[in-house]
Amino acid sequence: MATEATDAAGKAAESAGMPQLDFSTFPNQIFWLVVTLVVIYLVLSKVALPRIASVLAERQGTITNNIAAAEDLKAEAAEKEQQLQKAMADARAESARVAAEEKAKIQAKIDAAMAKADAEIAAKTAESEARIAEIREGAAIAVKEVAESTANEVVAALGVDVDASAVSAAIASRTKG
Amino acid sequence: MADAKEGGGLVFKPMDQFIVKPLFGDGPVGMFTITNVTFWMALSVLCIVALLVLGTRGRAQVPTRIQSIAELAYGFVYKMVEDVTGQDGVKYFPYIMTLFMFIVFSNFLGLLPLSFTTTSHIAVTAVMAMAVFLSITILGFVKHGFGFLSVFWISSAPLVLRPVLALIEVISYFVRPVSHSIRLAGNMMAGHAVIKVFATFAAVVWIAPVSIFAVTAIYALEVLVSFIQAYVFAILTCVYLRDALHPHH
Repeated sequence: MATEATDAAGKAAESAGMPQLDFSTFPNQIFWLVVTLVVIYLVLSKVALPRIASVLAERQGTITNNIAAAEDLKAEAAEKEQQLQKAMADARAESARVAAEEKAKIQAKIDAAMAKADAEIAAKTAESEARIAEIREGAAIAVKEVAESTANEVVAALGVDVDASAVSAAIASRTKG
Repeated sequence: MADAKEGGGLVFKPMDQFIVKPLFGDGPVGMFTITNVTFWMALSVLCIVALLVLGTRGRAQVPTRIQSIAELAYGFVYKMVEDVTGQDGVKYFPYIMTLFMFIVFSNFLGLLPLSFTTTSHIAVTAVMAMAVFLSITILGFVKHGFGFLSVFWISSAPLVLRPVLALIEVISYFVRPVSHSIRLAGNMMAGHAVIKVFATFAAVVWIAPVSIFAVTAIYALEVLVSFIQAYVFAILTCVYLRDALHPHH
């Protein structure tokens, strides 16, 4: 009779539209809830959470290590870069020095060759000038001779008896000017 | 059912989904009877195991999809505990993780059609809320002795106001488990009942499109609510835990 009454009460609660307020099911729900929560807690605290924590820690460690390694490599690269820059600067200085040296040598050679050529040109010029002077002189003598002979011939053709020396003196005085 | 309102051939039974009944046979519901509660709770346990244990089986440095979801859940709850309670609250993280995972999976499983939502029952949420309330109160007294009572004595307020505030604080402290449990159960129950009501309307031809659209929209809202309520339950637990660990404001 009593059970019937509680059943009726349960039915009444259901009839009111709220199975949530059917207290006859509470022990069942609470029991299974406690079982469920205990099982979840054990699974999480014994297996899942330590495992995930270790995976996360391991990953964090790997990332930290990789970052450190990357920093090292970066520093190394910077050092290499510096070395390269230094080597480049050295090479540039060396090449500039060699170029200057070579330039000086070539300049010296050019200077020598120029001096030699100048000297040769000067010698040739002097020679040529001497020859021109000679030719000029020769020409003057020839002109005088031709003038004398021509004057003598003209004088003879005109039938005037003139001393040859007087003719040459006259020509000399005329050609001088 | 006696409560079924017969209106134009429509039978509204929005609350039938919440009835606890034996899984096998049709007997009375005793304490150890295997009921639909057992089934859906067991399913949530299996889902949690699948996600957090099987999903992380590979312990991969570069996580698989399931493992990254598990890590995301872990990081989410861990950060919440750490942010709200501080470093000394971290040792209670497994308890809060247990509550959060159970609630979030029960809520999501309850969204499957024809399923049973264990967290829509006040019996379930009240047990969890009372467990939180009692263990936190005991923890507070164990850690601080009677100094824990200073949680009610707001030293930053003017002296005259303190007794009044203390009274309010005491009342609000004891109301915590009530609001904590009813918030979750109420949200779950209301959403599912509304979905069921709209689904019943789908039987009427001319209103069916609206009804189906409404079911879809409310379903989307319920997915959000399912997660948010689990989050709210967990973060409130963290807040209460902080009070127990650091009662001095």
